[in-house]
Amino acid sequence: MDSQRLTLLSRIKDSDIYFSFIKSPTAIVSSVILVIIFFCSFFVEFVAPFNPFDPSSLSLMEAFTPPSWSEKGMAKYILGTDGQGRDMLSTILYGSRISLIVGFSAILFSLLLGVTLGLTAGYFGGKYEMIVMRLTDVQLTVPSILMALLVDGIARGIISRELHDEMAIYVLIFAIGISEWPQFARVSRAATLVEKNKDYVSASTIIGVSNILIMFKHILPNIMRPVLVIGTIGLALAIIAESTLSFLGVGVPPTTPSLGTLIRIGNDFLFSGEWWITFFPAIFLVLLAFSINLLGDWMRDTLNPKLN
Amino acid sequence: MSFLKIKNLSVDYKMRRETINAAKNVNIDVSKGEILGLVGESGSGKSTVGNAIINLIDEPGRVSNGSIVLDGIDIHADAENIVKYRGKKIGLIFQDPQTSLNPILTIGDQLIETIQAHLNLSANDAKNKAINLLKEVGIKDAETRFNNYPHQFSGGMRQRVVISLALCCEPELLIADEPTTALDVSIQSQILDLIKKLTKERNLAVILITHDMGVIAETTDRVAVMKNGDLVEIGPTKELLTKPKEIYTKSLVSSVPPTNKKISRFKIIEKENKKQSDTNIKILNRWVKKEISDKDLVKVESLSKTFDDSFFTESSKNSVMAVNDVSFSIKEGQSFGLVGESGSGKSTIAKMIVNLFKPSSGDIYFNDVCITKIKSNKEMLKFRKQIQMIFQDPYSSLNGRLKVKDIVSEPIKLHNPSVTSKDLDDYIYDLLESVELTQQSAERYPHEFSGGQRQRISIARALATQPRLLVCDEPTSALDVSIQAQILNLLKDLQEQLNLTILFISHDLPVVRQMCDRIAVLKNGKLCEISNTEDLFIKPKHDYTKELLKLMPKIESIYN
Repeated sequence: MDSQRLTLLSRIKDSDIYFSFIKSPTAIVSSVILVIIFFCSFFVEFVAPFNPFDPSSLSLMEAFTPPSWSEKGMAKYILGTDGQGRDMLSTILYGSRISLIVGFSAILFSLLLGVTLGLTAGYFGGKYEMIVMRLTDVQLTVPSILMALLVDGIARGIISRELHDEMAIYVLIFAIGISEWPQFARVSRAATLVEKNKDYVSASTIIGVSNILIMFKHILPNIMRPVLVIGTIGLALAIIAESTLSFLGVGVPPTTPSLGTLIRIGNDFLFSGEWWITFFPAIFLVLLAFSINLLGDWMRDTLNPKLN
Repeated sequence: MSFLKIKNLSVDYKMRRETINAAKNVNIDVSKGEILGLVGESGSGKSTVGNAIINLIDEPGRVSNGSIVLDGIDIHADAENIVKYRGKKIGLIFQDPQTSLNPILTIGDQLIETIQAHLNLSANDAKNKAINLLKEVGIKDAETRFNNYPHQFSGGMRQRVVISLALCCEPELLIADEPTTALDVSIQSQILDLIKKLTKERNLAVILITHDMGVIAETTDRVAVMKNGDLVEIGPTKELLTKPKEIYTKSLVSSVPPTNKKISRFKIIEKENKKQSDTNIKILNRWVKKEISDKDLVKVESLSKTFDDSFFTESSKNSVMAVNDVSFSIKEGQSFGLVGESGSGKSTIAKMIVNLFKPSSGDIYFNDVCITKIKSNKEMLKFRKQIQMIFQDPYSSLNGRLKVKDIVSEPIKLHNPSVTSKDLDDYIYDLLESVELTQQSAERYPHEFSGGQRQRISIARALATQPRLLVCDEPTSALDVSIQAQILNLLKDLQEQLNLTILFISHDLPVVRQMCDRIAVLKNGKLCEISNTEDLFIKPKHDYTKELLKLMPKIESIYN
């Protein structure tokens, strides 16, 4: 077991991807930022100095405290507090967790949906392929935010008001996921068309392997590279979409704020001088999305055999 | 004095892990009016030398040592020299005529552009010169063809255009890098004749880079053999091929399938897998051996296949008849050859026999059962087990994401789901050893193997279901000639020991002669003739067969 692990590690170290990774400063910087953000978000209970959702930690007296380095700042609130006296840094960390959960789940959902449809469409072809691909065309004509607003609107109509706040996060995941899947469907279909004409697929057919097994055991691993690249860049898009929706007020409720919700709350105070309430969540969002995009770009360049 | 003198040329590729010496201290000289063949297997550095002459070495490669003297001038001494000479004094012909012409310009525009870039000619003069060039390389009706686009020419015609492009500026040295590899036999001989004619008429110095010993024997005056960047031997073609001095040259010559006789095995002097001794077909004791009978195992009756693009129209206007009314039968234990040029439909027939395509009409009988009429998958699985296939391209025929173990075990597990894991491992090892691979290979991934070894894995996978019929679709045409000899030996051994029936598909007549008992010749989807191998080669009946036999490059031509 131990030797196996060792060889795996040395194999990673030996691989071209690792080599190109350590040669790329942007990839290193952005992944370091992402690791820190992911770590802080997932272990937020231990990392954050306060629990902003614990009413006992709130003190209205200390509301609107500016960041610690300014004149009226307090040392314990590094990035200041918001209108209810919640510590900004803690709120942002808690908020980014919501954003990341929604972003990851939404992209996973659209990845599963899109890759399954694209893979089967590319493999089987014929009328089924035509229907699936026209469906992606239709889906692509609807802007993703409008699509999400539509889903949210329908969900509000169906689900009762009390339930809605609870269900909001799932509605959001579904809404974002449903608007992102055509990308995956198109890419995986194109890659499947290339792969299915390769001889190893013919060989499996001749052996008698079933279509399902050929698709998921043989073709799927070979088309994952472009899918993962799209997935990474799509993750940034999903996080931004979540923030946009929350900013517009159709996302997660203010009781469990995400980054978008925080920006929207802070936006109200922007012109009365309390800039930090909206500025820091916004900067955090930019940093997050930017790092993911840079990493995605690096992945695209590295994993694309045509550019090597 | 020789026209081109390459002295101590070394080319290095500095890679991440190591520096690869693509050429090491190579000394070659070429005189005017002479064709020098540069022969070697893939990775031998023959193209590197060609590219070094015109300074087209890609990054991270570089010429680390040596000089290239053309007509008394060291053309690598300063960078401007080479720009002056490339295209003007040195002409180039590449392997693939599909990609060496710009598809969006007419060939006339491309010729005029090249002529005017090097010679100070008016547009009219350039056009006249271009038309004369096209005539010289044998393009009929040059005035009209002048305004055509590359896609309006056939592959052979396109290669002629490429040659005329190379001749545009009256070069004195011509470098042809595998000029006929992408072409069919009949066109290949025309292009080679053209190169020979031009060499004489224009008193050119020609370097012909190729892997094909037949081409070398028929075309070149002198030949240089390369291996792993080293120049092994250089000398007059006849002397070198008949009395090779070095071991490597000997093994190269003995690996070439002779065209005039059938030999039982190829003599292998240097082996790829040194560790393995003689072939040890371990799966023999698991094999349910079929006795050779006089029965037909495969019977193909008036088979036709039409491909059509007509998605919107039901008309048959766009349809292509890939296979047209072909019938033949193969006896159990026989090797049956299907021969034809590209587009003859030979691969399509193979794919219908292994049931990748359904025929448009006609039937295929396997062991007296009509397999084209089987509907249920379960029923089909019984036949899948008995018919297996080996593919041309050893790179795309193995799934790179699976270990060799998993690739070979897939058919075993599928057809025998109750197999225990110990039995499975034993079976995999036996299979791998039968194709002369080590047991350790099982834990590795396909990319760790060479082309020849990958083809062995492919054979092991095909044998895993204990098939009665093995369909080999150009199994060696992507391989070097010495590896080809080893794979062909292996197939012969396996067939003998296991009583396999083989359907062998190839464009390469010498190879088919070595492998097959009976041969069918195909042209444009139609059957020309079927006869026993020796009859076909000695007294061919059909005109097309006669022409193919006349045109195939023969290494024996050196004796005449």
